[in-house]
Amino acid sequence: MSKRINIALIGNPNTGKTSVFNLLTGLNQKTGNYPGITVEKKEGICNLTKGTKAHIIDLPGTYSLNASSLDENLVIELLLNKNDKDYPDVAIVIADVENLKRNLLLFTQIKDLGIPTLLAINMSDRMLRKGISIDVEKMEKALQTKIALISTRKKTGIDDLKNLIANHRKLSSTSCLDFTQIDTSYFESLQKTFPNQTVYKLWLVITQDVNFAKINRNSIDQSEGSHTRSASFLKRLQQRETIKRYQFINEVLKSSYKINLEEATDFRARLDRVLTHKFWGYVIFFVILLTIFQAIFDWSSYPMDAIDSTFVSLSEMAKTHLPSWFVPKLIAEGIIPGIGGVVIFIPQIAVLFIFISLLEESGYMSRVVFMMDRVLRRYGLSGKSVVPLISGTACAIPAIMATRNIENWKERLITIMVTPFTTCSARLPVYLILIALVVPDTRVLGANLQGLVLMGLYLLGFAMAIIAAQIMNKLLKLPHANTFVVEMPNYRLPLLRNVLITVYDKTKSFVLEAGKIILAISVLLWVMASNGPGENFKEAEKIVVESTQLTGDALEQKVVAHKLENSYLGLVGKAIEPAIRPLGYDWKIGIALVSSFAAREVFVGTLATIYNVGSDEEDTIKNRMAAEVKPNGKPTFDLPTGMSLMMFYAFAMQCMSTLAIVRKETNSWKWPAIQLVSMTAIAYIAAFVTYQIFLYF
Amino acid sequence: MTLAELNKGERAIIEDLVTDSVPLKLIEMGCLPGNLIELVQLAPFNDPMYLNVNGAHLAIRRETAYKIYIKKLAL
Repeated sequence: MSKRINIALIGNPNTGKTSVFNLLTGLNQKTGNYPGITVEKKEGICNLTKGTKAHIIDLPGTYSLNASSLDENLVIELLLNKNDKDYPDVAIVIADVENLKRNLLLFTQIKDLGIPTLLAINMSDRMLRKGISIDVEKMEKALQTKIALISTRKKTGIDDLKNLIANHRKLSSTSCLDFTQIDTSYFESLQKTFPNQTVYKLWLVITQDVNFAKINRNSIDQSEGSHTRSASFLKRLQQRETIKRYQFINEVLKSSYKINLEEATDFRARLDRVLTHKFWGYVIFFVILLTIFQAIFDWSSYPMDAIDSTFVSLSEMAKTHLPSWFVPKLIAEGIIPGIGGVVIFIPQIAVLFIFISLLEESGYMSRVVFMMDRVLRRYGLSGKSVVPLISGTACAIPAIMATRNIENWKERLITIMVTPFTTCSARLPVYLILIALVVPDTRVLGANLQGLVLMGLYLLGFAMAIIAAQIMNKLLKLPHANTFVVEMPNYRLPLLRNVLITVYDKTKSFVLEAGKIILAISVLLWVMASNGPGENFKEAEKIVVESTQLTGDALEQKVVAHKLENSYLGLVGKAIEPAIRPLGYDWKIGIALVSSFAAREVFVGTLATIYNVGSDEEDTIKNRMAAEVKPNGKPTFDLPTGMSLMMFYAFAMQCMSTLAIVRKETNSWKWPAIQLVSMTAIAYIAAFVTYQIFLYF
Repeated sequence: MTLAELNKGERAIIEDLVTDSVPLKLIEMGCLPGNLIELVQLAPFNDPMYLNVNGAHLAIRRETAYKIYIKKLAL
């Protein structure tokens, strides 16, 4: 009979934990969320032996169980609660052979929870080069565990690890630390009050405010013997605990671990000297950024063009071959262009995530954090805001989630608030199509003017983020806490496999998340555009024929235009027209604007839907937009309107998913509401001013 | 003296920490009394500071460095 073993993978960041997970599960994995929160939950299945399957959970990387964010507490609770369905039968702590001492701290904590714990020492292929030797038997004895020396890069030791997992019943679960050594009376009385519980679990409940099996901070506080203490008393005990753990680890390593320091750090030091240089470090960073943006636009434009025209011909094919009643028409005119509007982002998002995961995997990102911290701190941000700000150029959602490792709440909040100003990929199609329409394709000082405008818009986004940060920094009155600590990991050649899995994962979740909204909206729009109230819509043909002398194609177009104008959608657009007229927009653009408050990328799709309803010819969206004219015969998308629209999209908060994630991360509606109102106000003013200025040219 | 007074390339032994204002994470990464500490690199304006504590590499802000007391080692 087959049975399931629950395994938890735990480890410090930068130990190759994800690589171990990928090797154990292959593609047999899925990424979801823990219920109610946005911490990624990665699960997978691994075949240990014939008939034995292991269910593996990859927990978020952490230096210690003392991590303090609310979300991580749920992860700790999983390790405390024996009744949880994911409670591990065995925990595997992944350690980096070069940072073994620090990595063992987490190991001792996990083991003290009473969970059978294995140690997998990764990057063992580097031992020889780094002058490290390990006496595995001695170390196993001292730590009372089993150890696998593995290398995810060379793919060695994985079978040993699987064997150890299969034999997990033989593991001891005695703890490493005797808590009474830290504070005898406090911990003895704690144990006396809860004789059936592990002391370390109780201690975590007290210090981390987590709970399990009906025990929480309150019930301990109110328990017999009163265990309430001041925060600074608890912190001092935590420090003493950490020191004791290190003493234990030092004893363990003294007899079983040897390192020849001379051979250790040469390559790293040389690379650091260049990459964190006070001048060249910044030049290199700037060049890398330029390369990334270049890649996003240049490399992705080919697949994007291909996707665009494929969907145009698909829609056309559907139109000609499907019967013309409601559902097929909806597919041809609403759904296919709608899906096209999502799929077209895939190349850019993928390229951006390739670069971001390369920067993170290689260890370079920490150097950027180090270099940028002082600069960004002036604006109330942290060096760690660099990662969200760069990721924000792909999508604000993962970017805002990446603010979690900013320890200081004020810096984190400001980062969350300003990240949506960075030019996310959803703005890109709006920019691209408007630039193509209104900016002449000429060269200025040897550079392509269209490219320059686009780069200007990116810089504008960053500049606005910085300005907004500075304003918030002045306005927000929050207590100052200095908590900035960042690990500077060793440089590593990124593993292609990890990069690809990350890119696949992120792209997929973006497409699914954004896709749902975009699809729903394009269907709704199409229905609203194809129906209308009253005679004006139903009798459109008759009314138009009576009022003009036109015949043939021209007449038909006039009928279609009349229908659209009197549809439900047209009425909505007309209703808001007075408000957006000063920005240079007509009611059709108004519809696109309103619908893109759910998600920006809907703009192009909406115009595609609107103009698709209004025309029969096969054509790209761009050509249709270029053909639109104002009542006076001039093109609708001229320079003033185009520039004004770009300003509006640069600043407006038009993304429901971002607002939802800000709500989750700040745990309040206040911050997303402020974002929505202030960003939209800024956008309106900026668009208005831009339109008026460009009218004079 | 405090860690903030250390120059680039110099080494010291950590003697004491101001418990209440040093983040626990720093201690967990090995920044403990008795450990060897080396200043590897400084960012512009000498802040943050890139350190090597007993083989663990990390960066902290100067304000935190004022809370760590050290004894400088001769080069």
